[in-house]
Amino acid sequence: MRFHQFDVVVVGAGGAGLMAALYASKTATTAVISKLYPSRSHTGTAQGGVGAALGNLEEDHPEWHTFDTIKGSDYLGDQDAIEFMCNEAVRAVYELEHMGLPFSRTPDGRIAQRPFGGHTNNITGKPVRRSCYAADRTGHMILQTLYQQCIKNNVTFFDEFQVLDLILVNGVAQGVVAIELATSEIHVFHANAVILATGGHGRIWKITSNAYALTGDGIAIALRRGLPAEDMEFFQFHPTGIYKLGILITEGVRGEGGVLINGQGERFMERYAPRVKDLASRDVVSRAMYLEMREGRGIDGKDYLYLDVRPETVNKFAALDGRTRPDGSPYRVTAEEILSKLPDIIDFCRTYLGIDPVQQPMPVQPTAHYAMGGIPTNRFGEVVIDEKNKVLPGLYAAGETACVSVHGANRLGTNSLLDLLVFGKYAGLKAAEYACQTQFHNLPKDVADFALEQLDSLRRCKGEGERVSVIAEEMKEVMMEHVGVFRTAEGMQQALTKLKELKERFRNLKLDDCGKVFNTELLNAWEIGNLLDLALVTTASALARKESRGAHAREDYPKRDDKNWLKHTLAWLEENGEVKLRYKPVVITKYPPKERSY
Amino acid sequence: MEVKVKILRFNPETDKRPHYQTFRVEAEPTDRVLDLLEKIKGYQDGSLAFRRSCAHGICGSDAMRINGMNRLACKTLVKDLGKATITVEPLLGLPLIKDLIVDMEPFFEHYESVMPYLVNDEPPPLKERLQSPEERERFDDTTKCILCAACTTSCPSFWANGRYVGPAAIVNAHRFIFDSRDRAAAERLRILSDQFGVYRCHTIFNCTLACPRDIQITKAIGEVKKAIATGSLD
Ligand SMILES: Cc1cc2nc3c(=O)[nH]c(=O)nc-3n(C[C@H](O)[C@H](O)[C@H](O)COP(=O)(O)OP(=O)(O)OC[C@H]3O[C@@H](n4cnc5c(N)ncnc54)[C@H](O)[C@@H]3O)c2cc1C
Ligand code: SF4
Ligand code: FES
Repeated sequence: MRFHQFDVVVVGAGGAGLMAALYASKTATTAVISKLYPSRSHTGTAQGGVGAALGNLEEDHPEWHTFDTIKGSDYLGDQDAIEFMCNEAVRAVYELEHMGLPFSRTPDGRIAQRPFGGHTNNITGKPVRRSCYAADRTGHMILQTLYQQCIKNNVTFFDEFQVLDLILVNGVAQGVVAIELATSEIHVFHANAVILATGGHGRIWKITSNAYALTGDGIAIALRRGLPAEDMEFFQFHPTGIYKLGILITEGVRGEGGVLINGQGERFMERYAPRVKDLASRDVVSRAMYLEMREGRGIDGKDYLYLDVRPETVNKFAALDGRTRPDGSPYRVTAEEILSKLPDIIDFCRTYLGIDPVQQPMPVQPTAHYAMGGIPTNRFGEVVIDEKNKVLPGLYAAGETACVSVHGANRLGTNSLLDLLVFGKYAGLKAAEYACQTQFHNLPKDVADFALEQLDSLRRCKGEGERVSVIAEEMKEVMMEHVGVFRTAEGMQQALTKLKELKERFRNLKLDDCGKVFNTELLNAWEIGNLLDLALVTTASALARKESRGAHAREDYPKRDDKNWLKHTLAWLEENGEVKLRYKPVVITKYPPKERSY
Repeated sequence: MEVKVKILRFNPETDKRPHYQTFRVEAEPTDRVLDLLEKIKGYQDGSLAFRRSCAHGICGSDAMRINGMNRLACKTLVKDLGKATITVEPLLGLPLIKDLIVDMEPFFEHYESVMPYLVNDEPPPLKERLQSPEERERFDDTTKCILCAACTTSCPSFWANGRYVGPAAIVNAHRFIFDSRDRAAAERLRILSDQFGVYRCHTIFNCTLACPRDIQITKAIGEVKKAIATGSLD
């Protein structure tokens, strides 16, 4: 066992973790611990862009961005935090540009912007160009730029170290316990401030845009240490995943004029969102797609639809919509323009589908994409642990693993990259400030025991037992079927029963690898355990919420119910495996809840 | 259909040297090689070790030799290989750790050695620094790099001498050298004119063929060589 001491440790090297590290390391000794090399983090797959009301191409204001985000959240987002984020957005994007991010440019050399779902001109209600982008690899550029800046600033990295447990001493965070993948050696990181930035957990579902590594480790670790998770029932299904594979096709495709088409050749979004159509919020579009497919209007009656970005289609509907360019001329595109704005998407389609999107439409279906819920924090990234927002000293969270909450019941596209920039930065600043004026507590002797126990309970190489992959498959199936885009009490009850059975079976695994060097089987098994816990908390939170709001759509309670449910869920996972639920109020400042239509 | 996957295995805790093991897997023609590895690991031999994350060619985790060529396992489909047996081996030129996992540290050290970050100490404007679409286009190709190491580990010069910075590091230097906002081109060119820099490149083109992001690596190296030779970035 090895010991290290730092003022601040950051767990995770995606956009949120690196942003936090960059700011914390300005004043405090800082280590970043990541199970992946930083450049492998899933932030690198983000395509479409980061939202900020720069107004480079047309009139726009942070207040409009604020209102769109609140409306997109189906009024469950905390309005003070949202306003803060949207105001900070403009500075955050300029700051990235100064760090070297190669944004695409307008003809006059400024940062290029494109429309995205739910982002509107608040006067006309029409889509506004707010998403700042670098072709269709904005996340890649953000991740690279932040990693480069960390190298420049000599941030200390522990790459391919997996954090297994959080150290709490007398109710104060004091570091983490991690395993070095190459050797299985246990490392104890003693620190006055811990920032959890471990990303999402889309791997709970069968069809997902999420990487293998997105297993919700941070949230699972916090739950096991008795901390709550907030709003876990709200998980976003992105409308356009590649059929069967789940690989994401950015909303930017629809921003550039692409449209969704059903089996009858109809642009069905006109019926569901007459004003913004294909650029309605993601929850709205995903539900519309499910309804179309359920009515037998999938392609050939099957469970997929077409996303069509062929120039002739784009131009036809742009003309019908009266869409114009910034200079007022009619919006028309050529195949070359589409190729230059969406090169990676074209490449995915060629590689995985063998089709060329400027000549053929893409088969798509909704794919599990983004966790609105997570570890509850305030707008400084400080983790809060009850209905009164009591702060847990020394613990911070940022990025997809956290719930501030700025996304409420449904996130708008481009707001996640923004979230991680803004709250990653403030978590880093706050953590460093706190850590530098705090004394270290002594660590107990058994500090690594809980982590070791968890691994030992899995490390059974001999005798009978089940393969963890079988359990994982069954979890993904049942969650897709019953805790997906549409939900009912009956289905979720079935899911709960199944998950409890799987958790029982999980106690009796058989592993082939009993070694110490890169025992990825052991750590994968531990990750599946995390997903099971998160699936359970998600389902229990969803079953209790008897209304439909944002991404949580119940067929048995189809309406939003502000009287009873305008509140955040807090869920604790008890030692006996039961989920305890409590609720806290939503912060409402200027915008009283209204009906939501697009 | 059934495919045979022949994998070069090595467990440092029990094996003296690497050996091949063949698995039979049920597969669709559209399956990725990564899907096959996952099926083997999930249902046949859990001890098989490889890195992966995004599964769609963006994170750079799973570069390996597939039928003798460096490729990403997640971007290579069974139908594109057109052979009854698929041979999978770890990258060459980096120390082997276990099965398909090699030691990436030397690779990242070379990357860090070329100052892969924007240097510009002039006070930034209140808004963005301006850059024309043409200036931006100048280094677009090399911004696509995902640090997968497929290029560097396909290069005979790198195999011959691991101190050569390798194509990936040069690609990432190029990305900044030709960025109109950067001010450290001269310093990077000095680093790359060193004996382990660009002149180790003998334009063999293996790197360009290996790159899963279709980056014109040999061209980028050529541009860096030219900049060193002429002292100009035009
Ligand atoms: C395909 C795709 C496209 C997207 N496009 C957009 C977009 O256009 N705009 C937008 O705003 N959002 C987009 N999103 C959402 C956004 O990209 C993510 O929500 C965001 O990048 C998450 O960043 P993060 O830093 O929180 O986590 P990640 O980038 O996922 O990083 C997580 C980090 O935690 C580490 N980690 C995890 N567990 C452990 C552990 N136990 N120990 C140590 N380290 C650990 C990992 O190694 C990794 O470094 C997209 C998402 C996807 C999947
Ligand atoms: S240049 Fe291409 S092959 Fe080389 S590391 Fe980058 S992406 Fe991989
Ligand atoms: S798994 Fe990410 S590149 Fe292959």
